[in-house]
Amino acid sequence: MAETVADAPPEGERRAEGRTPTERGEADRHRGIARRLRLVRTTAFKLTLVYLTVFVVLSLGLIAYISSTTADLIDRQLEASIDGESAELISEFQSRNLFRLMATIERRAMRPDASVYLITDFSGNPIVGNVGELIYDPAEAVAGEIFPVRYTRLSRAAEADEPAHRALAKLSVLGGGYRLLVGRDVEDRIEFSAIIRRSIRGAIVVVVALALVSWIFLSRSVLRKVDAIAASSRRIVAGDLARRLPTDHSGDEFDRLAQSVNAMLDEIERLHAGLQEVSQNIAHDLKTPLTRLRNRLDEILRTRPSPEESEAVLARALEECDQLIRTFEALLTIARVESHSAGVTLERTDLSALVGDMAEFYEPAAEDVGMRLETRIDPDIAIAGEPTLLRNMIANLLDNALKYGLSESGQVDLHLVREGSEAVISVRDYGEGVGEGDRARLTDRFVRMDAARSKPGAGLGLSLVKAIVGHHGGTLELKDAEPGFAARITLPVLA
Amino acid sequence: MKVLIVEDDSDAAAYLARGLTEAGHASDSAGDGALGLEMALDNDYDVLIVDRMLPELDGLSMIESLRKKDRQVPILVLSALSQVDDRVKGLRAGGDDYLTKPYAFTELLARVEALARRKQTAEFEAVYRVGDLELDRLSHTVNRAGKPVVLQPREFRLLEYLMRHAGQVVTRTMLLENVWDYHFDPQTNVIDVHISRLRGKIDKAFERPLLHTVRGAGYVIRADAE
Repeated sequence: MAETVADAPPEGERRAEGRTPTERGEADRHRGIARRLRLVRTTAFKLTLVYLTVFVVLSLGLIAYISSTTADLIDRQLEASIDGESAELISEFQSRNLFRLMATIERRAMRPDASVYLITDFSGNPIVGNVGELIYDPAEAVAGEIFPVRYTRLSRAAEADEPAHRALAKLSVLGGGYRLLVGRDVEDRIEFSAIIRRSIRGAIVVVVALALVSWIFLSRSVLRKVDAIAASSRRIVAGDLARRLPTDHSGDEFDRLAQSVNAMLDEIERLHAGLQEVSQNIAHDLKTPLTRLRNRLDEILRTRPSPEESEAVLARALEECDQLIRTFEALLTIARVESHSAGVTLERTDLSALVGDMAEFYEPAAEDVGMRLETRIDPDIAIAGEPTLLRNMIANLLDNALKYGLSESGQVDLHLVREGSEAVISVRDYGEGVGEGDRARLTDRFVRMDAARSKPGAGLGLSLVKAIVGHHGGTLELKDAEPGFAARITLPVLA
Repeated sequence: MKVLIVEDDSDAAAYLARGLTEAGHASDSAGDGALGLEMALDNDYDVLIVDRMLPELDGLSMIESLRKKDRQVPILVLSALSQVDDRVKGLRAGGDDYLTKPYAFTELLARVEALARRKQTAEFEAVYRVGDLELDRLSHTVNRAGKPVVLQPREFRLLEYLMRHAGQVVTRTMLLENVWDYHFDPQTNVIDVHISRLRGKIDKAFERPLLHTVRGAGYVIRADAE
């Protein structure tokens, strides 16, 4: 099964052979483009694209959420510490005096990582603090509120053109026209956000690149498998029915698909072989009666017999025709039933009533030939079936029993019993039965046990029974009942 | 009786026309569905024989158009399609009977005559009479010369069908289809045996038989011995 198609060059390459070099170069180029286009059209590409988009959108959303909540949290902590320090300083001013406050601020402002401090007098001139220049929106600068400002440090302002830092600040009115500003630098927080954004951008670029690479590898391996399957399929279509799709037993989707298709091909090959055999049988078995018919008619034309004689020959010829028509009819029914088609829909059928009616229908005929139908029919058994086909099936079995099942007692059993979820129809005679070797061939078309062919019939009855049983999802078993021949049919019961 | 044959195969149409003439019936022929429809609308036929596959207008559409115009003429549908569902389609379209090709002419004639008779006589008579045989459809009783005859339900239906078509040949297939509603071909002579049983009950004890076998065709029930 694990055949490969490595020995078969792809169609495109075979076509490229036998051309001039320039033509070939041109062809190669076109094929290169076509191959690239094909990669884009693959399912793997589409899937990769979808997953990539979803991943990127989700990551962006998640990171945006995290960074905004983190910024919020940091802001709230800053604000809390500004509030706390402001309150502390104000209480120091209130409980002591301005100079003690100024001394405290002086001390605190000198620390290396000091916050932002400024005290101004009634005219707005700075008295003490570490702020050089202060830029803010006067509309936002309400006493008691926290608002953003930009500032430069007093100590370093002179040294360099250091850009203004951003900070959050709170303005408090101390009394006597003095005002206190306490703030915290937020440059670190802003820098932190920027680092996150940069690393996200980097990560996304890496992810997209990885996705593209994996897509190319995935698509190529998938395409290789698809190409192998397509190449095998083309050969099968071209008539090589024995060929199968390559399987690698890896158990992946392609392997399972190939195995299903192979199973389907096995079935098709079997049916095809059966069909060929049947056509040959049909041709053979119809040729014989047609030849007889032709000879009879030819005889009348040649010998010009008396009207009475020709009438007898013509009547026999007509009989041959009718038999041929019946044979065709049976073949058509078998074909229709076996192909499961022709709009045959199974309907809920009361099998008990149907079998009972058939028993009643056949009883007089059985008595007429000195036989006796013994029926045992369980009530209320329903199946999904087509009544005409089911009747045809039972009629064939009873016809056979009456034709071939002659015995001392003349008994023929017709039983319908329920066994669990199955309805079992059995027809049994007490005649000579059929030997084991012949039994296997009974359901083949045109097989007749009656070698002399003394009884009417085309040898299609049991083939038809088998087809009908199969159509209803049942099983047919033919066995030697010692004495007699028995057919046992099981059909699934409808609840 | 006047019959319209709607059949595109001129050989088959001529064969039918000859046979009908021999049986004493007049017939017209139409080679396609459109012409057939026109002729059926313009004239008063007793029975139509319509092939399913026709040029211009197929058989079933032609029958449907006819029925839409409220023409109740009995129609026999001829078809090469023999499956049960094809048959059901043919009858649903408005056909009264369905016969599969190839057919024996006797079979066709018997069915055409049965259809024509159906048009003439009421199907609703409560009592059928043939000679001194009486069948009461309401009380489900049968008498011959005043004496009751006891029949099984199926035998009653068999006799009822034969008597409804008294004087006409009824084929085995017609009995199989109409009395049992079976649409398959039994290999054994089941119908003959049923008939002989019925015969044993209604004819045996009497001097003049009523139920006759017509060789190569079927059965007929009639009072006058021919």
